[in-house]
Amino acid sequence: MIDWFIHFSGTLGAACRDILPIAAIIFGSQVLIIRRPIPNLRRVLAGFFYVVLGIALFLEGLETSLFPLGELMAKQLTSSTFIQASARTTEMDWQAYGWVYAFAAAIGFATTLAEPSLLAVALKAEEISGGAIGAWGLRLAVSLGVAFGIALGTYRIVTGTELYLYILAGYVVVVIQTAFAPKMIVGLAYDSGGVTTSTVTVPLVTALGLGLASTVPGRDPVLDGFGLIAFASLFPIISVMGYAQAAAWLSRRRSLS
Amino acid sequence: MSSLVRLLKNRFTLQLTRSLLDLAPIVGVIVAFQVGVIHQPIPEVFALLLGLLQVVLGLTLFVLGLEQGLFPIGESMAYAFARKGSVLWLLLFAFGLGFGTTVAEPALIAVANQAADVARQGNVIADSLEAQENYALGLRLTVALSVGFAIVVGVLRILRGWPLHYLMIGGYIGVMIMTPFAPAEIIGIAYDSGGVTTSTITVPLVTALGVGLATAIKGRNPLLDGFGLIAFASLTPMVFVMAFGMLVR
Repeated sequence: MIDWFIHFSGTLGAACRDILPIAAIIFGSQVLIIRRPIPNLRRVLAGFFYVVLGIALFLEGLETSLFPLGELMAKQLTSSTFIQASARTTEMDWQAYGWVYAFAAAIGFATTLAEPSLLAVALKAEEISGGAIGAWGLRLAVSLGVAFGIALGTYRIVTGTELYLYILAGYVVVVIQTAFAPKMIVGLAYDSGGVTTSTVTVPLVTALGLGLASTVPGRDPVLDGFGLIAFASLFPIISVMGYAQAAAWLSRRRSLS
Repeated sequence: MSSLVRLLKNRFTLQLTRSLLDLAPIVGVIVAFQVGVIHQPIPEVFALLLGLLQVVLGLTLFVLGLEQGLFPIGESMAYAFARKGSVLWLLLFAFGLGFGTTVAEPALIAVANQAADVARQGNVIADSLEAQENYALGLRLTVALSVGFAIVVGVLRILRGWPLHYLMIGGYIGVMIMTPFAPAEIIGIAYDSGGVTTSTITVPLVTALGVGLATAIKGRNPLLDGFGLIAFASLTPMVFVMAFGMLVR
């Protein structure tokens, strides 16, 4: 218990340091440039205190929950006993890791569909497009995009292929789509890439990738462990523009007939 | 006073439910795989549950604190700067906003610590706790600098009315030019840092700045021009972190 307190106070101190720059910028510009006292100063200070406490608790909790969970799932789904029990082939090729891809896709789909900031973006897209793009359809498209992206990312870790080739291919698709997609959706689509990976999803997915890279034979966490988040933020851009293009095409066809 | 306590309690329970809902899909999928597919014992279930409880509580306090302290004042300040007219102050503020919010982003702290841990175990950096902490901090400061830079360029874009996709394609080309020169062990982290950066603190404040600017300038549509700040801010970290990897080596 005492150990925990010493450790936690260390994390708390670090959190104070982390919050310092933004606090200095906000208070500094309020006092020096806007030259007005801060309204509800006590409430604001209490808010900053909650933020520091929250960051420290969150980071402490990660160490014993989402990080070990992600690694545990990676270890169990790639352990030789599990693979031999589930796969018919005894060969250790990429097909033996089917459940890994399924798990990655399920995590990507479920967390994205439940993501509140994506809901906000989807409602905004419905508003901009005047109803041509449905909020539900868009959320489904993004969720499928993230699911496919993370699954492909785990396939890349398993096979140890070069990350930049996948990302380069993704960029080429995005650039081509940008030329043809409805102009109003482009900014939203680009932003949706950053929105889909929330504060709780990122640690779990990172731990999953590192766990995979350390258990799959021939892989190295230093070289292969990262990159899943990159997939999760690239594919929604493609799926949002794709969905908007499909919706525009459908409404054109309907108005023609 | 008692009504204030009740208000806080209500907001607290509301946010607690939201944090639980954030975690629910992860726990649901893991439980489904454990029960349906894996059939293996989970070690240290108690510590795991305790950790999850801390995560939920921490996230709740974090978001509550942001909504009570940082967001109202930060948003009104972003609007004030957007309307004030002094371009120099606006750009300085934009940089500070991007830098400061990124340093405080919990997901980035967590991933930077992981990256430093992996780098130490893989002998990329010296095998000491100090080297590990310095590496993690260096990584985060690099990302924060890159986000500050991206917001400055993004604000200039809104002021001048440059099309967003020019910036994005320029960013993509930058990423692809840097990749062959960067050391292999930094590429994955660099590519991930883009998606990690823009999260709970950064997105609302930066969006407020963008929408405020687009509303204040004639001929700009907040819905069309207000977005895109985030998008560019998830590209520049990739370029900057690869440069960081080259410097550290």
